[in-house]
Amino acid sequence: MYNKTIAELAKSLRSGEFSSVDLTLAFLDRIKQHHSLNTYITVTEEQALQSAKAADLRLATGKAELLTGIPMAQKDIFCTEGIKTSCGSKMLDNFIAPYNATVVDKFNSAGAVMLGKLNMDEFAMGSSNETSYYGAVKNPWDTNTVPGGSSGGSAAAVAARLAACATGTDTGGSIRQPAALCGITGLKPTYGRVSRYGMIAYASSLDQGGPMTRNAEDAAIMLQTMAGFDNKDSTSVDLPVPDYRAGLSNSLEGLKIGLPKEFFGEGLNSDVAATLEAAINEYRKLGATVTEVSMPSLKLAIPAYYVIAPAECSANLSRFDGVRFGYRCENPADLTDLYTRSRGEGFGKEVKRRILMGTYALSAGYYDAYYIKAQKIRRLISEDFKKALSEVDVMMGPVTPSTAFGIGEKIDNPIEMYLSDIYTIAINLAGVPAMSVPAGFSEGKPVGLQIIGNYFAEDKLLNIAHQYQQVTDWHTQIPKGFE
Amino acid sequence: MRSQWETVIGLEIHAQLATKSKIFSGASTAYGAEPNTQACAVDLGLPGVLPVLNEEAVRMAVIFGMAVEAHIAPYSVFARKNYFYPDLPKGYQISQMELPIVGIGHLDIDVDGVSKRIGITRAHLEEDAGKSLHENFHGLTGIDLNRAGTPLLEIVSEPEMSSAKEAVAYMRKIHELVRYLGICDGNMQEGSFRCDANVSVRPKGQKAFGTRAEIKNINSFKFVEKAINHEVERQIELIESGGKVVQETRLYDSDKDETRSMRSKEEANDYRYFPDPDLLPVLVDEDFKAQIKAQLPELPQAKKQRFKDSYALDEENATILTSSRQLGDYFETVVKESACSAKICANWVTGDLLAALNKANLEITDSPVSHERLAGLLTRISDDTISGKIAKQVFEEMWQSTATADQIIEAKGLKQITDTGAIEAIIDKIIADNLDQVEQYRSGKDKVFGFFVGQVMKEMQGKASPGEVNKMLKEKLK
Repeated sequence: MYNKTIAELAKSLRSGEFSSVDLTLAFLDRIKQHHSLNTYITVTEEQALQSAKAADLRLATGKAELLTGIPMAQKDIFCTEGIKTSCGSKMLDNFIAPYNATVVDKFNSAGAVMLGKLNMDEFAMGSSNETSYYGAVKNPWDTNTVPGGSSGGSAAAVAARLAACATGTDTGGSIRQPAALCGITGLKPTYGRVSRYGMIAYASSLDQGGPMTRNAEDAAIMLQTMAGFDNKDSTSVDLPVPDYRAGLSNSLEGLKIGLPKEFFGEGLNSDVAATLEAAINEYRKLGATVTEVSMPSLKLAIPAYYVIAPAECSANLSRFDGVRFGYRCENPADLTDLYTRSRGEGFGKEVKRRILMGTYALSAGYYDAYYIKAQKIRRLISEDFKKALSEVDVMMGPVTPSTAFGIGEKIDNPIEMYLSDIYTIAINLAGVPAMSVPAGFSEGKPVGLQIIGNYFAEDKLLNIAHQYQQVTDWHTQIPKGFE
Repeated sequence: MRSQWETVIGLEIHAQLATKSKIFSGASTAYGAEPNTQACAVDLGLPGVLPVLNEEAVRMAVIFGMAVEAHIAPYSVFARKNYFYPDLPKGYQISQMELPIVGIGHLDIDVDGVSKRIGITRAHLEEDAGKSLHENFHGLTGIDLNRAGTPLLEIVSEPEMSSAKEAVAYMRKIHELVRYLGICDGNMQEGSFRCDANVSVRPKGQKAFGTRAEIKNINSFKFVEKAINHEVERQIELIESGGKVVQETRLYDSDKDETRSMRSKEEANDYRYFPDPDLLPVLVDEDFKAQIKAQLPELPQAKKQRFKDSYALDEENATILTSSRQLGDYFETVVKESACSAKICANWVTGDLLAALNKANLEITDSPVSHERLAGLLTRISDDTISGKIAKQVFEEMWQSTATADQIIEAKGLKQITDTGAIEAIIDKIIADNLDQVEQYRSGKDKVFGFFVGQVMKEMQGKASPGEVNKMLKEKLK
């Protein structure tokens, strides 16, 4: 039963084939069985069973929603009332959130069953899930490789059938890159589409929560619940939420696909490139036309991102000072000692690196050269996207330069690690939505196809991904040992 | 010696805006609650929380900007000011840096009868921090975050004041204005209104500014004056003895009446301001401005002129009566409700009433004598039922009770005697008893007339109309 999609599970729960409690127990069992993947930081067994019972009652009344009774899991970046919310950090290892993130509230009121909190790179800073205080997550396709990050726990859990679906967050590729490396479907919505309230901030102007699922239809179901204006988040956008499933079956006849030439140059693994070429050919068969587009500012995306994101994080993470919550050092001698040791001991290496970079970029005398310049680049990149997306309906390209790399392979080389997000980062800077869709395998490891759309065109992206999934079966593949 | 030096002062005033809830959260701003009972998840800076701007704070900032004829920015931006302090929960304060909501404006002050225009550089919105409590924690520090997130309007003046007196006049004028506009309660003891003073000295005639020191967190008019005077003395003495003023932040110690160094420029924080990505830019359009303009009360300056023009008040009374909106309203209501001339109403309000209020340390809004009761009293003066002198006695009775003037006049038999026969009889008796004085008066000693008036009034227990007594006495003494 754990192999079914949300849509299939919803049918089974209604037909009485099994109950939410049965389903939840099955998933909890699998989580224990595959503990070594290290996907969960916290498993909320008791609460999950309670929610499952409540969901079964609700299903019986006929007032259930599609997600009612569906066992899912939250990335440990979303605050969950009364449950540890660690953000993958020692700093918050003792933090029991006193409130729910808006996204969590929405899943709760839909009747979804939360199995637990998923592993992630510390404070969402990382592309391999190796920066987590709770240890690396293993990629179910090859347990010697990383699942990607920062939503590595989410991607691996969905791929290994340890949750029917999961939430993720994406600041520079943190949904799409792990989705690609784990062979699942991931959607980063338009900035402002999903509330950030209660989602622990990494880089506020880039962070966006989104669904990580088996397929596009499930992503549509999840996004339906996640999306919408929230008066607790000033940057959430007050636009109506369309019915994301309504347009899934639309024909792609006449669809104009643009391939940014900058995405297919040097650095892209040739096997990945060939896999993507095949995927794009499928779209040609579905009636799409393919043209080349250019985004000249794209090469500036990584440097701009590594100024803006660290600058924002350097302030966002100042609240972790050992005073009110989170880790506090033993026997501080004075205030400065309390600050320096609590932060020095509570944060990991990558987090400290980014705080330092950001602090430096915002410092007097450097602000204009770094922060202001990066903001200018950000505008140029947005212009590139607007221009390209006025010529074509969507753009397609790789999600990552290569398939999953080995655990330990890049962790000591930050620049190389940062470059693994080269195709995803610009999308966050522009704020447009993008998806990662399973598009094949290279040496047995999944390859993701990235589909990039215009602002608030999530429905279009889901339709395009869904149509592809009607003629391919990459998304239904199960890693060996997890069938 | 001191006359060779010139003082330059600029003030940064922090006015707590009188919103019901905080600037970025729904928690109450009421003062005096148990520590940390008025701090919600947002005020505590919990992981994941986000600020949402309180529109009322924006409205109040715009009201202030209009009152000082300032440029209102159509587009202003909140920025994060980064520094670590235990009572600053997020490790940054949300403030405005490059693009404040209120731009250049001005305010006229009067010092010793001379009017001077002081430039206002800007006014921006920001959140207040919490409080560190150092007492009763046995070597630890307590943190109270009730105040964290309270909206502040920081009003920055140009360095255009040249004496402590001017600085106090400016601070008082801003204090009056923000209370008048109803955007700040002005309570200085509770910290709702406080200021930092930037002080420097330079040789008279020199154009360039001297090095300034910033005196932080002064919360009374008296201390502003003292702190500035002290600081000016210190700087002049320092320079004259061959030293140099260093740019630094200083603290005024009111117990010792001195300022002392807190931190030097080198130790100053690099606040690393940058636009807060959690908040959208604040947009103020023409419609919003027009709406506020329509609701804007008559401003003190305009009201003062109107009081002078339509009530024929002198400068002093007009100034006092327009110093607070409530006082002006009280006065105008009394004028309307009584049959008395505006001038007498003004004299009573600024005289007996304010004196009594000051003595009892009360605001006009808490006056035990309502405008209705005062108007009733003044009507009895104008229709000659009682004299001004008796009225003072009645007023004192009214202060202690809830009775109307008429009830008191009736109960105490204070009604003025208008029966000329009765007055005449007493005058005759006084003249007969004081023939020496009559002689003196008749020989040209006019001063003695006052003696007769006094005697008659005494005899009549003040209940005769002084005008009538004067008239009749003059006749009889001819």
